[in-house]
Amino acid sequence: MYVAVKGGEKAINNAHRLLADRRRGDRSVPAVSLDQIVEQLALGVDRIMSEASLYDRELAALAMKQARGDMIEAIFLLRAYRTTLPRFGYSEPIDTSEMRIERRISATYKDLPGGQLLGPTFDYTHRLLDPDLMTDGEVEEGIAAEAETGRTPRVSEILADEGLIESDGELPDDHRTGDLTREPMEFPMERDIRLQALARGDEGFLLALGYSTQRGYARTHPFTGEIRIGEVEVLLDVPELGFAVSLGEIQVTECQMVTQFKGSAKSPPQFTRGYGLVFGQSERKAMAMSLVDRALRAEELGEDIVAPAQDEEFVISHSDNVQATGFVEHLKLPHYVDFQAELDLVRRMRAEYEENQKKREGNGGDTLEAAE
Amino acid sequence: MAKQENMAASETAIDETSRGEAMAVLARATQAELEAAWSDWRDKPEVEPVRGPETGLVMLRGRIGGGGSPFNFGEATVTRATVRLSTGQVGHAYALGTSKGKVRYAAIFDALWQDEQTRDDVEDAVLAPVRRRVQARNESRAAEAAATKVDFFTMVRGED
Amino acid sequence: MPATQRNAAQAITGGFANPVFEAQAVFRQLMNAMANPGVLHAIETNVAPPAPLTAVAGALAATLFDHDTVIWLGPFIAREEKARSWLAFHTSAPLTDQALDAHFAILADPGHISSFENFAQGTQEYPDRSTTLIVQLPSLQGGPALELTGPGIKDRAVIRPTGLPDAFPALWKANGGKFPRGVDLVLAGPDAIIGLPRTTRVEALANVKEAS
Repeated sequence: MYVAVKGGEKAINNAHRLLADRRRGDRSVPAVSLDQIVEQLALGVDRIMSEASLYDRELAALAMKQARGDMIEAIFLLRAYRTTLPRFGYSEPIDTSEMRIERRISATYKDLPGGQLLGPTFDYTHRLLDPDLMTDGEVEEGIAAEAETGRTPRVSEILADEGLIESDGELPDDHRTGDLTREPMEFPMERDIRLQALARGDEGFLLALGYSTQRGYARTHPFTGEIRIGEVEVLLDVPELGFAVSLGEIQVTECQMVTQFKGSAKSPPQFTRGYGLVFGQSERKAMAMSLVDRALRAEELGEDIVAPAQDEEFVISHSDNVQATGFVEHLKLPHYVDFQAELDLVRRMRAEYEENQKKREGNGGDTLEAAE
Repeated sequence: MAKQENMAASETAIDETSRGEAMAVLARATQAELEAAWSDWRDKPEVEPVRGPETGLVMLRGRIGGGGSPFNFGEATVTRATVRLSTGQVGHAYALGTSKGKVRYAAIFDALWQDEQTRDDVEDAVLAPVRRRVQARNESRAAEAAATKVDFFTMVRGED
Repeated sequence: MPATQRNAAQAITGGFANPVFEAQAVFRQLMNAMANPGVLHAIETNVAPPAPLTAVAGALAATLFDHDTVIWLGPFIAREEKARSWLAFHTSAPLTDQALDAHFAILADPGHISSFENFAQGTQEYPDRSTTLIVQLPSLQGGPALELTGPGIKDRAVIRPTGLPDAFPALWKANGGKFPRGVDLVLAGPDAIIGLPRTTRVEALANVKEAS
C-alpha cells in the first residue's frame, strides 16, 4: 500500500546543500576539473560511458565529479541525462577491422599479421604502489617506433581460413536489429539484444559470472583469441545529404573469446566464439562480456543449461546496475505503512503461537506422564 | 576501392565523396580551430540558422563477432546544425559531442565548401590545418603503439 | 544534382524557429483538444511546409513526429517529393506505405476515406498502438453539422467541419465499435484543430439550424 506523506522538505534541502559541501571537500584543496578527470581518470570515465550506454567523455567526467566518484551513481546520472535527448538515428555498424589500434593481443597465436601490440596495459606491472605519483613529477612520453600501416585482420579471420571456427554471428536475413531502449525485453531473446544488454551490464556482475564459468559452472574452455583497443570511425546515414557522414571517432575495446566445442547434431566439432564490445579501454569488461555471451548461447548450441551464467533471464534481468540499484536502494525509502501492517501481523502470529505453545505445554506434560 | 568505383560512375559521386571527406574533417576540428578560421574569413556572408544547432543521440552499431549481424551497443551524443548563407548555399554539419558552437561553424564551412568560388579557401585555410593536426596525432599514437610490439625470441628454431 | 539541391533547399525551410517552445505550445493545444472533443483549439504557427501540407498539419508533425514514429502519408501528400523531404528533415520520421504500421498518418483529401480499418487499430492489451490520423480540412466551420457525445463533452457538442465524406458518421461508428481498439483523429483546419478520440460518438444532425 502507498500512502502519501508530506514533510521533510527543509531536511531534504539542507541535506542536498550538505552533500554539495562534502562533494567539494576541503576548500583549500583545488577543485578537480573535468579535463583532469578525462585525462587522468580515463578508465573510470570509460566505465561510466560503457554502463550508462552513452559515449561522451566530458559528460561522463561531469557525472563522476557530481557523484563524488560513486560509479553507479555517476552511471545513473548519465543514463538519466540521455533520456532528455532526441534520437537522430542509428549509425552504420562500426568496422573493427579498420580500427586504429593502440593495443592488440592474442593468447592463441604468437605470430600473427599485425603483431602483438601491448599498448598502455597494466599487464606485466608488479602491482607495487608507486610513491612517485604522490607528487606531480615529470612523466616521460611514450617511445615511438615505425608503425605498420593498413588494416589489421582479426584473429577469427585466420582461424576461419581453416574452417575450424564458426563464422561471425549471423541472424536470419529478415531479422530486424532489436533495440532494448525502444522495445520491452522478452525472453528468450535474440543474440543482438543480449549483446546490447551485456554491453551496458555491470562490470562486476559480468566478471563474477565469467569467473563462474571458468570455475566449472557451465564449463567452457575459453582462449582469448584476440583483444583489440583503438579508435573506429562512426558513420551516420543522413537523409538530407543522401550519403553517410563521418561523425568522428570513438575508442572501443573488442574481445573475441574462442571456445572448444565438441560438436552436436547441428554442427561439427569446431571452435565457437563469444563476443565482447564496449566503449573506451575496458578490457576486463569486454572479456567478461564475451565469456557470458558464449555461456548464454547454450540453448542455440544444444548444451545443457546447468549454471547461472547460462540462464538468460537470470543474467540479463540482473545485469543492469541502474535497475538493480533502483530496486535495492528503494528499500531505504519510507515503508512506514507497510511495516505497520507487517508489525500487526507478526504480533498477532506471535500471540497465537504463544497461546498454542501454552496449550501444548499443558497437553505435552500429560502425554509425557502417560508415556512414562 | 568503392570510392574509386563511385568516382568513375558519375560526377555526382565525386562531389559527394569529396564533400563527405570535407565534412569528416570538420567533424574532427575543434571549436577553437573553426572559430579562428571564421573570424579570419574575409567577405563573410549572412548566416541564417535553418535547424539547430541541437544535440541528440545516435545509437551506435557493432557487428556480432566483428563481422556478423548488426547489434546496438550504446549511444553517443551528436550535435548537428543546418544553416543557409545569403549566397544561397545550405550547409549541414554533424559531429560527436555536444559542442553547438563548433557544429554551427562546421555547417557554415560546409556551405562555403559547396560554393566553387570559396571551396579552395575552405580547403586551404580551414581543412588543411585540421587534417595536418589530426594526421600528426594519429601518426604519433600509432608510433607509440608500435614501440610496444612484442618481438618473440624462440629458443629452438625450426629453420635450418 | 543542382536541381535536387535546389529542391532540397526549399524543403528544409519553414520549420519551427524555436522548436522547444513552439512544440510545447502546439502540444498543449493538442492535449486540450483531445481532452475536450468538439472544441476548437487555435494553432498559431509560422511553420510553412510545402503544399499540400498545411501550416497546422506541419506544426502538428513537427511537434509529434520523431525518429521513432512511423508515418503514413495520404496519396496527395505522398506523391509530393518536397512535402516528403520537408517531413524527413524536420521530423526525421521514417515513412511507410503500409498504413497498418503507422503511428501517425496525414491525410490531405479525407473525402476519399472509405474506412479506418486500414490503419493500425492497436491490440486489446495495447490499444495505444494504433494510428493517430491528422486530417487536413479546408475549414472547421460551415459544413454539415455533427453532434458529438462522450467522455470530455458536457451533454453534447456540435461541430461543422467541411471536407469529410458523407459516410463519416457511419465510418466513425464502426471505429467506435472496436473499443478499446480503434484510431483517433485530429481534424486540422486552417488555423485550429478539433480532437476526435475513439471514445467520442458522432451523429449527423439532419436539421442544422434547429440543432444548434
